[in-house]
Amino acid sequence: MNTINLGMAVVLAVLYSVGFYLLLQRSLMRILIGIVVLGHGANLMLQLAGGPPARAPILGTAPPELFADPLPQALALTAIVITFAMTTYLLALGYRSWVLVGHDEVQDDVEDRRIAERERPEGSMADDTAATGTDDEEDPGSAAASAEPAGTGVAQ
Amino acid sequence: MTTLVTLPVLLPILGAALTVIGSRSARLQRLVGIVVLAAVSVVAAVLLVAADRTGPVVVELGGWPAPVGIVLVADRLSALLLLISTLVTLAVLVYAIDQRITDYGRDTASTTFHPIFLLLSTGVSLAYLTGDLFNLFVAFEIMLFASYVLITRRTSASRIRSGMTYVIISLTSSLLFLSTIALVYAATGTVNLADLATRVAALPPGLQTVLALMTVVTFGIKAAIVPLHFWLPDSYPNAPAPVTALFAGLLTKVGIYALLRTQTLIFPQVGPSTVLLVIATLTMIVGALGALAQNDLNRLLSFLLVSHIGFMLFGLAVFDARGAGGTALYVVHHITVQATLFLVSGLITRRTGTVSIDQMGGLAQRAPFLAILFAIPALTLAGIPPTSGFVAKLALLQAGADGGPFTRIVAGVVILASLLTLYAMVRVWIRVFWGTAREPLPDADPADELVVGTAATSRPMYAATSGLIVISLTIAAAAGPLSAVTGRAGTDLMDRLPYTTAVLR
Repeated sequence: MNTINLGMAVVLAVLYSVGFYLLLQRSLMRILIGIVVLGHGANLMLQLAGGPPARAPILGTAPPELFADPLPQALALTAIVITFAMTTYLLALGYRSWVLVGHDEVQDDVEDRRIAERERPEGSMADDTAATGTDDEEDPGSAAASAEPAGTGVAQ
Repeated sequence: MTTLVTLPVLLPILGAALTVIGSRSARLQRLVGIVVLAAVSVVAAVLLVAADRTGPVVVELGGWPAPVGIVLVADRLSALLLLISTLVTLAVLVYAIDQRITDYGRDTASTTFHPIFLLLSTGVSLAYLTGDLFNLFVAFEIMLFASYVLITRRTSASRIRSGMTYVIISLTSSLLFLSTIALVYAATGTVNLADLATRVAALPPGLQTVLALMTVVTFGIKAAIVPLHFWLPDSYPNAPAPVTALFAGLLTKVGIYALLRTQTLIFPQVGPSTVLLVIATLTMIVGALGALAQNDLNRLLSFLLVSHIGFMLFGLAVFDARGAGGTALYVVHHITVQATLFLVSGLITRRTGTVSIDQMGGLAQRAPFLAILFAIPALTLAGIPPTSGFVAKLALLQAGADGGPFTRIVAGVVILASLLTLYAMVRVWIRVFWGTAREPLPDADPADELVVGTAATSRPMYAATSGLIVISLTIAAAAGPLSAVTGRAGTDLMDRLPYTTAVLR
């Protein structure tokens, strides 16, 4: 089992917390940055899993017991390529969203909101809005939720 | 024999390359896709027979022996799931080709659908066969990236929202998986599953629990267990019917397979797992109740999918050979029936022009064959004898009855959730197939490639759906031999030695 030094543990903690904080935002661009930061955190953790820094693992340059573990580096390399693909894909998706609906906001489940509205018991706080049948009930967190027709029930 | 194990991965990925090269000819693409998937089915059947007779078939990639190199392992469980998944994929491909979502119009080939479809099949095959934790991550990524493209391909303004949710949730779970691998490697110094089986046992119990929980969360997001299921009913229904059928049939089951493999091989425990039993109960109940509230047919089916994930989790949570065998049988049954139901839903939408149940009615008079096509998988999903659902549920209930007082209570929940499934299906039946016949709604979006609201449907779509129903009925007819195989697979999983000795010779 390997131990890691405190500095690296702090860096990991910062990367993970910043990444998850950004993941919780509405804008896809922020989420993208969050995923990139999280990916860095995961890759750094893979590197650290191989133990402390040591000599390059090339036979003949140093005795084998001084070598760094090459496997986590190979794994991290693969993971970096995959995170790169994730980033480009999300960028393309954000652009598509901007072309189609004019923003890149990640919104709530519209149909779910509609059903929750419909099933709300009578006499509750939101009875007024439910009674008037405003199908496109706007989610306070998402300014653009009304940009699409909610509650039509036709998805295809 | 050992080279055969590489074919389920190699053939689809080479086929994907070929469909990119031949992207000018729609006919060539169709031919490659169907031939490749049929070939993989045959290979999977051969592997299943070999694994059942002589034990796991192992191939060391590049000639590097485990645990240094990467191994592909086809044991009873992997080969069985590979076989049924490939058959379902093949049927879905036939349906998709006939629905004309694979190309632009009749003759203009598309460069995306066929290659991506085959890549998805590659990822699924690799996930079943790999004996290496990091390779499993790569398999998941191949599979998920293909699914991202399929779910957002030629998307419209109303559908891009759900695609985004799906992509972000999946990416988050992928990064969690990567973190888990880093922690596992830091603790044990290996990523080979068979090697991990012995090394994790030497770790302190607290660390073992952390690693086990990380894998449960990671694979739990992919398998859509409650409370990690919210993304599924939002995203799946918005894809075209064949894509939804494929996702619902395969992707969540790969998550269940990964859970089954890692929990039994790496983190074995004695007696039922309380945490998993509680999660299974919640998943079954929340999914079934969620389904009752839905008006959108596809969303209803998605919630039922979540509910039935709980059934599979229950078999795993019992943690004995019969439970694991029951889960294996349930996965086989559920892959088939869930894909069938989504394909039928696609046919219903094509006929009625809508997915909302309250705008349908009287379909039994207008399309009696469609009614039969819906009734059989619906009853199978609810588990009415003598369907395959009954056989699979019986295996789970038997395991639960032997597991102890708590598992007996959860076995009661299984019956309750089955009744709720039946109730949801009967409601759909009454509102969609009975009542006064309604005129089909006009196509809301005539510009896109999906034709809805038409009575004209050519035979291959019906043939593909009927083919899946035949497979489902075959599972019920061959219940004896099949449950014997899954029973032996369950014993293997709990015993662990057949797997580890075959890999670490």
